[in-house]
Amino acid sequence: MSIQTETTTDTAPYVGRPVERLDGPAKVSGQARFAAENHYPDMAYAALVHATIARGRIAAIDTAAACAVPDVIAVLTHENAPAMIPAPKLSLLDLSTVASATSVNYLATDEVHWNGQPVAVVVAETWETARHAASLVDLSYEELPAVVDFAAEAPNAVPERSMPLMPSKADKGKAAQALADAPFSVDLQFSTPPHNHNAIEPHATTAVWDGDQLTLHEPAQNIPWLRKHLAKRFGIPEEAVRIISPFVGGAFGGKSRAWPGVLIAAMAARATGRPVRLALTRAGVYHTVGGRTPSTQRVALGADAQGKLTALIHTSVSRTGRVGGMAEPITAASRHLYAVPNIHLSQRSVELDLLSNTFMRAPGEAIGTFALESAVDELAWRMGMDPIALRMLNEPDRDPAGGQRFTHRMLREAYTRGAENFGWHQRDPRAGARRDGPWLVGMGVATAYHPSMRMPASVTLRLHADGTVVMRCGMHEMGMGSATVQAQIVADEMGVPLASVHVEYGDSDLPPSAGAIGSVQTASVAAGVIAASTMLKRSLLTLARRAPGSPLRGRKLEDLQARDSGLHHPDGGQTYAEILSAAGRDHLEAAFKPSMLGFVARMAIDSRRWVTGASGAQFCEVRVNADTGEIRVSRWLGVFDVGTVINPRTAASQLRGGIIMGIGAALSEQTLIDGRTGRIMNPSLSEYHVPVHADIPHIDVDWLNEPDPTTPLGMHGIGEVGITGVAAAVANAIRHATGKRVVDLPITLDKLL
Amino acid sequence: MTLIRMNVNGSAKSLEIEPRVSLLDALRERLGVTGPKKGCDQGACGACTVLADGRRINACLALAIQYDGCQITTIEGVDHPLQEAFVRHDGFQCGYCTPGQICSAIGMLSEYEAGMPSAVTDSGGLGEAEIRERMSGNVCRCGAYNGIVGAIMDVAGSDAR
Repeated sequence: MSIQTETTTDTAPYVGRPVERLDGPAKVSGQARFAAENHYPDMAYAALVHATIARGRIAAIDTAAACAVPDVIAVLTHENAPAMIPAPKLSLLDLSTVASATSVNYLATDEVHWNGQPVAVVVAETWETARHAASLVDLSYEELPAVVDFAAEAPNAVPERSMPLMPSKADKGKAAQALADAPFSVDLQFSTPPHNHNAIEPHATTAVWDGDQLTLHEPAQNIPWLRKHLAKRFGIPEEAVRIISPFVGGAFGGKSRAWPGVLIAAMAARATGRPVRLALTRAGVYHTVGGRTPSTQRVALGADAQGKLTALIHTSVSRTGRVGGMAEPITAASRHLYAVPNIHLSQRSVELDLLSNTFMRAPGEAIGTFALESAVDELAWRMGMDPIALRMLNEPDRDPAGGQRFTHRMLREAYTRGAENFGWHQRDPRAGARRDGPWLVGMGVATAYHPSMRMPASVTLRLHADGTVVMRCGMHEMGMGSATVQAQIVADEMGVPLASVHVEYGDSDLPPSAGAIGSVQTASVAAGVIAASTMLKRSLLTLARRAPGSPLRGRKLEDLQARDSGLHHPDGGQTYAEILSAAGRDHLEAAFKPSMLGFVARMAIDSRRWVTGASGAQFCEVRVNADTGEIRVSRWLGVFDVGTVINPRTAASQLRGGIIMGIGAALSEQTLIDGRTGRIMNPSLSEYHVPVHADIPHIDVDWLNEPDPTTPLGMHGIGEVGITGVAAAVANAIRHATGKRVVDLPITLDKLL
Repeated sequence: MTLIRMNVNGSAKSLEIEPRVSLLDALRERLGVTGPKKGCDQGACGACTVLADGRRINACLALAIQYDGCQITTIEGVDHPLQEAFVRHDGFQCGYCTPGQICSAIGMLSEYEAGMPSAVTDSGGLGEAEIRERMSGNVCRCGAYNGIVGAIMDVAGSDAR
C-alpha cells in the first residue's frame, strides 16, 4: 500500500495536530481494497466443513455427493489432502511461534478437538457452489467424552504459567492474614463470559501459488509472524511467502495468529493449482478463530478505618483449549494500581475441549479490571467513602508489586480533571437517590490501566532529490491511522512538509514491523522512524561536509536543525535537494534494523528499573429503568494519561472505540457455549450483541498530554487502555443508581429485577 | 441461469446468473464492485448496504434476480457531502463498515424527508437520538459512532433539503 499525503501548506511540527486520515478518501469512496477484493483470473472459491462434535474421531467421511455437484473442483479431507508440516511449538527464542493458534494439523488427522474444527474444504468455481457442496459432505464420528463446561470445570483449575513478558502474579506480605485482621473488607466473586472480536471484516484469504512462491492477500495484525509460520508449515523459505495486507477491516487481536482459514486456503490453492479465495462466514469466524477466555475471579480487599488498603487478593480461573491457547493476564493490572503492603495475585486455568482462547483487546486487563475496580467501589460503599477519595488515598508512589518506580504516573491528575468535568461533585452519594421519571440515574468511576511496551520494528527512509521522503515499513493498518501518525513523525524528524512524505505499509516485501498487538505498534515504529531519520541526517551531513564551500562543513549533527527540507545552523544551512545535487545523488537511503537480542536485553533491564503504563479514569453515568431494568449509558468521560498524543483526531477515535467495546462487555456481549456439546450457540451478529448506534451516547475523551520520559516522543500505545475499567465503571454506576452490585457480566436487565 | 440487467452506478450491466446468487455476491464477485462489504451475510451488520432505486437495502439479503431492471448505487457511485464529512469527523477507523454507513445514511435521510417515522420520532426534528435509532442497522465494531452521527448531523443540518 502506498499513500501520498494530501497537499497542504502546513509546516512542522505535525506531532500533536489532528491531521485527517491519509487513507480517509479511499475509505469513504469504496477504493480501499480489502483482502477478499483482489481478483485473479481462474480464481476458485473455497468453503469449510466444520465438525459437529467436540471430541472424537471421524469414523467415515463421504464426499461423493459433494464431488458430484457440477463445478466442484476438489473436496479435500484427511483422506486426500496434502499434509502440512505440524505447527511449531511455542518458544521464547522465536516469538513467531506465538502464531501457532492450535496444534491441530488440519485435514491431516481424523481427530476432532473442538466443535467447529474444519474437517474438509470444498473448492469450486463459485462461492455458491462451494458452500452448497460443503453442506453435502457427510460425516460420521466416533465420539469421545469431552470436557466443555467452564463453570463445571473451574473448581479443577491448576496454576497457570504467566504469558511471556506480561507478569500477572505477585506475593508480598501476608495477604490472607491482613484481610482477616482488617476492620473493613470486601470479598467478592465475579464471573465474565467468553467474548469474540467480531471485526466487521470476516477473515478472508486469497491464496496464489506460483511454483513454490506463495502470495496471500490476508488481513493480518502481524505479517512477520504469519509469514514465518506459513513458510514452516509449507516447507518453503520465508522469502517465498508474500503477504499483502494494506487494509485490515478491524482485528482487535483476532487477526494476529494463523487460524485454520489461512492455512487451508493456501493448502487448497496448492492442491488444486488454482488461486483460491476462502472467505469465512460469520459463523465460520466463531468456529475457527478463538476469542477471550471466560473467567471467574475473586477479589478481596482489606482496609483500615481511614481507608488505607492493607490487603489485596485477586485470583482468577480462565480456560485454554486442549490444543492451544495461553494465559491472559487477568490479575496483571492489580500489580500496579494500589499501594497495599500485603498482596496475593495468582491465576489458575482449565484445559477444555474447545478452540484455543486468544488475544482480544486488553487480554486479561479488560476483565481483570472489572473485578478489581468493582471491588474497590464496593469497599468505598462499605466504608461510606467517596470512591475517588478512596483511590486517591491509595495511589502508590512506586509499583506496589515489584517496587520499581513509575516512569510516569498521573492518575491523581486524571481523576481530578475528570471529576471536575464530569460534575462528580453533584453526585448524591446515596444509592438510588436520583430519579428522572422512571429512570434511576447513577454515576460510577473506575481506573483504566494497560502496560506500555515496544517490540523491534525496521524502518527504511529514502530521501529523493525532489525533497520527498518515502517511509517503508510493513506495519499494519486496522483503523488506528498508522500511516497518518507515522507520516507526521517523519515530517517532524526530517523537517519536511507532511505532503512530501509517502508511507508504504502492509506488505511483507517491506522492512518487518512490530505486530499491531499489545498496543505496541505506534511507539515501536516511531522508534524506528526516529533512528532511521537520525541515520539519514547523519549521512546527509557526511555528504554535505565533503562538498567544498558547503555551509555545513565542520558542523556536528547535534548543532543542526532539520527544517524547511534541509539541515540548518543559525549561520547557514543547505536544503536536502542542494546536498544531494552537490553530491550528484538522486536519492539517499537509511535503513534501521534493530537487533532482537539487544532489544530483549534492554527490555529485561528496563523492566527491573521501572514500570511503564498507560492509565486513565473512566467516568460513567447510567439510567436504569426502575420498572423494566433497562440500562442505558447516558454519559461518558475518560481522562487518560497516555503520554504524548501524536494525533488527537485518531487518538480520540481509538480511545472511544475501546470504551465502546467495554460498554458491550458490560451490558450485552457474551459468547454462549452449549455445556453439553461445546458448540457456540450464538455465532452471529444478530445473537452476539455488539453495541449499535442507539446504545452509544457521546463519549467524551480527554488526555493529560504529558510526555513519558522513557518512550519515543513520550508516547504510550492507546489501542487497549480505553477498554480497561469500562465494565467496572458501568457496574459501579448501576450500583449507585439501583443499590445493586452485579458481579456477573454482562449486566443484563434480568439481573436487576 | 437467468439473464438480468441492472444499472450499477450509472453503467448498464447484464449478467447470466443463478437464482441463488445474492445481490451482494453479484456485485462483488461477478461485477468487481467491491465497495459494498460482506460482514455477516445475514442482514445483521449493514456493511453491504446499497441504494436500490434510491432506497437503502441490505444487498446480502437480496437475490440479484429480484433487482432485474433496477438502478443500484453503491459507494463507488456516491458523490455526496457525507463522504467528506465522514473524513472530517473521523467517522470510521478500519473503513470496512464505512460504505454501508454512508449509503445507509443517504437512504435514511431520504426516508426522514419522506416523513417515515422511527421508534423515537417526535416533533423535535432530526436530532442525534433520531439518527442513532435510524442508523442502528449499521454496526461499527471500531466504535466510530460519535463521528458518524456528527458527520450526518453536520450534513443534514447544513443541507437545505
